Amino acid sequence: MAKRIDISGLSAFYGNHKAIEDISMTVEPRSVTAFIGPSGCGKSTFLRTLNRMHEVTPGGRVEGKVLLDDENLYDSNVDPVTVRRTVGMVFQRPNPFPTMSIFDNVAAGLRLNGSYRKSELNDVVEKSLRGANLWNEVKDRLNKPGSGLSGGQQQRLCIARAIAVEPQVLLMDEPCSALDPISTLAIEDLIGELKERFTIVIVTHNMQQAARVSDRTAFFNLAAVGKPGRLIEIDETERIFSNPSVQATEDYISGRFG
Amino acid sequence: MSHAPTGVIERPTPASPTPKSSLGSRSLPRLAPLGFAVVSVALGIGIPLAAGWHSRIQWGMLSALFFLAISYVVTTIVENQRQARDRLATSVMWVCFLIAVVPLASLLWTTIVRGAERLDGYFLTHSMAGVLGSEHSGGVYHALIGTLEQVGIATVISVPFGLLTAVYLVEYGKGTLAKAVTFFVDVMTGIPSIVAGLFILSIMLIASIEPSGLMGALALAILMVPVVVRSTEEMLKLVPNELREASLALGIPKWRTILKVVLPTAIGGITTGVMLAIARIAGETAPIILLVFGSQLINTNPFEGAQSSLPFYIYEQYRIGEAASYDRAWAAALVLIAFVMILNLVARGIARWKAPKTGR
Ligand SMILES: Nc1ncnc2c1ncn2[C@@H]1O[C@H](COP(=O)(O)OP(=O)(O)O)[C@@H](O)[C@H]1O
Ligand SMILES: [Mg+2]
Repeated sequence: MAKRIDISGLSAFYGNHKAIEDISMTVEPRSVTAFIGPSGCGKSTFLRTLNRMHEVTPGGRVEGKVLLDDENLYDSNVDPVTVRRTVGMVFQRPNPFPTMSIFDNVAAGLRLNGSYRKSELNDVVEKSLRGANLWNEVKDRLNKPGSGLSGGQQQRLCIARAIAVEPQVLLMDEPCSALDPISTLAIEDLIGELKERFTIVIVTHNMQQAARVSDRTAFFNLAAVGKPGRLIEIDETERIFSNPSVQATEDYISGRFG
Repeated sequence: MSHAPTGVIERPTPASPTPKSSLGSRSLPRLAPLGFAVVSVALGIGIPLAAGWHSRIQWGMLSALFFLAISYVVTTIVENQRQARDRLATSVMWVCFLIAVVPLASLLWTTIVRGAERLDGYFLTHSMAGVLGSEHSGGVYHALIGTLEQVGIATVISVPFGLLTAVYLVEYGKGTLAKAVTFFVDVMTGIPSIVAGLFILSIMLIASIEPSGLMGALALAILMVPVVVRSTEEMLKLVPNELREASLALGIPKWRTILKVVLPTAIGGITTGVMLAIARIAGETAPIILLVFGSQLINTNPFEGAQSSLPFYIYEQYRIGEAASYDRAWAAALVLIAFVMILNLVARGIARWKAPKTGR
C-alpha cells in the first residue's frame, strides 16, 4: 500500500518568487520522514508540492519531478484530484468542517467523492476514528459538531478524516504546533502506529519531536534572506542528530541559529 | 516607588492614617445620565412653553443640547476633564441614536395604529372588484397575490443567477472577465427602479408583449440580482480558505468542495442577504405601474393579464383621496411592513439554525 516518493530537481514558485529550489530526495515507504529548518525556508511549500496542493495557491507553480512509485505526479495526464486521494494531508491548524458532525467529518472524503457503499460507511468511520485514537472519546457523540472538540481532539479528527479515504502517503504540516503537550504526545504515538500502514512526512519545529518520531530527517535552509530555500541534507535521524555531515545542520540543531 | 540603591532592609511603612485608595476617585452614580436626561427634557420643554414656542422639534433639539451641556459640565465638576469628554462622546452617540430611531419608531407606530383600523380577515381575503373608492369595503387580496407572485418569480430568477455569479467571482474569477463582471454588478446596484422598468417596457413595445406580472417580475429581478451577488460574495469571502484546502486535500473535486463545504458554511449569511434583497424589491412601485398595469380584480395568473401589488395598491388608494381609501392604503402599508418583517425574522431564524455549530 504505502508508496515511495522520489523527488528530483523540484522548484516551486509563488508568481515570480522562487520559494524552493532544486530539491532532490527520496522518501521511503512505511517510515516517518521529518522536515526541519528555520521558518520561511519552504518546508510547507515543499510539502504541498507532494500532493499538488501548491498549485491551489494563486500564482503557485512547480518545476521538476515527483515520482510516486515511478509515476510522475506532474505529468500532464495526471489529475490532481486523484493525486490528493492518494496523498493525504493534515494541516497546522485543526480545520474540521464546521457544518458537519464528527461522523460526517470523517465520512466527508468518502461521501463527497461519491465512491462508497452505505453499509461500509459506519465501519470506515469507526475504523478511522480508532486509527486516530479518538474513538473512545467521541463514540457517544458522533452526531455532535466536530468544532466542539478540544484542539488536540480536533487535530486527531482531522487525521481520522485524512486516513478514512485510505491514502498511501500522509503529509503533516506541523500537526502539533497548536496543541498542548498531552495532545502532542497522543499524536506522536499515533504517528508511530500509522507508519505501519502509510508513508508519513511530517514538518516540525520541534527538534525533540523530530528525534522521537522520525526515521529519517531532512534539513532545509535558506542560502540567504530573500533566496529560495534548499535541501541541505537528509539522513537517518540518529546521524542527523548525532553526527551531521554539514556544519549548518549541527548549528541549527544545537540552537546556534534559526 | 523608590528603592534605596543600597541593599538595606526596608522598614515596613506604617499604614497611612487615611485609608484612601490612590486609584479610586470621586465618581457620579451609575444612573446619573438618566437624571441628566430627565432634567434636560424638563428644561427643554419648560423653557419653550414659557416662551410660547410650540414646535416639538424645537423641544427635542433644546433637550438634546441641554443634555449634552449638563452632562459635560456636571462631570467636569464632580469627576474630571477626561471623564467629562468620555461622557460627552457617549451622550452625543445617544442623541444621534435617538434622532435616528425616533422617526422610525413613529413611522411604525403610525402605520400600526392607522392600519389596524381596517386590517381584518375580510380585508385580507377580498379584492376591490366592484368597490367604489368611497365605500368602506373591499380588500387587498388581489394585491397580496400579485406581490407574492411577482416577488416569487423575481426571486426564482435572480437567486440562482446571483448565486452562480458570486460563486464565479469568489471561487473561479480572475483577470479581466471577473473585473468586468464586478464592474457591471456595481453599475447595476445603482440602477433606479424606474430605469429597470423602462428597459423591460422597451422590450415589451418592440416585441408587442402585453403587461403581466411576469414583466414586472423581470424588472424586479434586474434590481435584485446585484444585491444577491454582492451579499453572497461577501459571505463566500468569509469562509476560511483552510476549509477549502482541507476539502481539496481529501481529493474532493473543486465543484463539490464549493457545493458541499463552502456553500453550506455560508448558507446562513446568504439566506439573510437574499431575504433582504426580497424585502427591498417588495416595496418597488415604479416597475409595477409601467409593466403590470394595476388591476382591481383577482388575477392569479402572473403570466397573463394585469395584476396589482401591495405598493401599487397603496399608491392607488392614496390617489383616490377618500377617507375609506386612505384607511385601505394604511392597512395595505401595514400588510407590506408585516410581510417584510416576517421575511426578516425567517432570515434570522435560518441564519441562526444554519450557522456553523460550536456547541459541545
Ligand atoms: N501564499 C504565499 N504567497 C506568496 N509567498 C508565499 C506564500 N506562502 C509562502 N510564501 C513564501 O514562501 C517562502 C516559504 O514559505 P513556507 O513554505 O511557508 O516556509 P516554512 O513552512 O518553512 O516556514 C517564504 O519566503 C514565504 O514568504
Ligand atoms: Mg510552514
